[in-house]
Amino acid sequence: MNKITDYILPVLVALIILHGAFKGINVFDEFIKGAKNAFDTILDITPSLIALLLCVNMLRASGGLDVICSLVSPLTTLLGIPKEITPLAILSPVSGSGALGMYENILKEFGPDSYIGKCASVIMGSTETTFYAITLYYGSINIKKTRHTLPSALCADFTSFILSPRLVKLFLVK
Amino acid sequence: MNYLLPVMVVFSLFCAIATGKITELSGAVVTGGTDAISLVIKLAGVICLWNGLTAIAQKSGLTSLICKLFSPLLNLLFPKLKDKKAKEAIAMNITANFLGLGNAATPLGLEAMKRLQSINPTPEKATNEMARFVVINSAAIHLVPTTIALLRSEYGSTDPMEILVPALTTSIIALSSGILATNIFKKVFK
Repeated sequence: MNKITDYILPVLVALIILHGAFKGINVFDEFIKGAKNAFDTILDITPSLIALLLCVNMLRASGGLDVICSLVSPLTTLLGIPKEITPLAILSPVSGSGALGMYENILKEFGPDSYIGKCASVIMGSTETTFYAITLYYGSINIKKTRHTLPSALCADFTSFILSPRLVKLFLVK
Repeated sequence: MNYLLPVMVVFSLFCAIATGKITELSGAVVTGGTDAISLVIKLAGVICLWNGLTAIAQKSGLTSLICKLFSPLLNLLFPKLKDKKAKEAIAMNITANFLGLGNAATPLGLEAMKRLQSINPTPEKATNEMARFVVINSAAIHLVPTTIALLRSEYGSTDPMEILVPALTTSIIALSSGILATNIFKKVFK
């Protein structure tokens, strides 16, 4: 399995550059232009990332997160979600960068190849920041009535939280 | 976030006092900023790389080629959508998500929303297409989970990409449930 997946990234990069060069594009110039634009994105996300990690760190250090998790843990245990990734499951629809910070902590604490690390990776790989996406997308075109967007999106998030541990067991635990 | 920030901070302070973890909380305030910056530095390279590659793909016509590939899927997901430019923007956004280019996906998604709004008969209210599009974005399907793979290898994973199959399967099922939900809920939220 790992042999095939290892090819995807380098082949994709080669494909994009080769296709560009084949079409007579100055691939280096275009790459530089595009990569330069990335710094705007990076600058945009940095302040909110600081604010979010402040919140997340405070919430974790104060034991506040444990309080929230213990409140919902009967439900998550019932659903078969390991208690170590419950905070991630709660945070990821609310804050993408916060979830990323928490994901890093999980990797640091349990290791990326542990069962917990794998579950967290699958959750991170299969969900986006629902609240952020809704705010950003509807905010940009001034729509206040989002109708059924939020409940539908949360349905999708909820499904991936329940499925992640099961599919990790199915595919990755030998 | 304007509500979330004060609520989380006050809640944390309250919990820290209750559990006697005020020293830890004080440390957390300092490390928050440092952690954020080191995370940004880790991600900056990947964001730049993909922005550069996307620029090449756009110029070379690879992206419009991809749009054509996606048209059967788009007709399935948005059967009532006829606007060609909106469809193209949606296809680009889905492709970017597919390739794990979250930062490329966002500007393309905003463009798609603008297109959808221009054909919206009720501009103050979301259309069914908008709701479906946002749901697709909130359960994004990543063919190459670049950020996750990068962080996994940073922390010493022996096989950073092995989560690909379960993650892809999970997101496809989750997305289907989200889309099913839009079909059910659109009748409830008029």
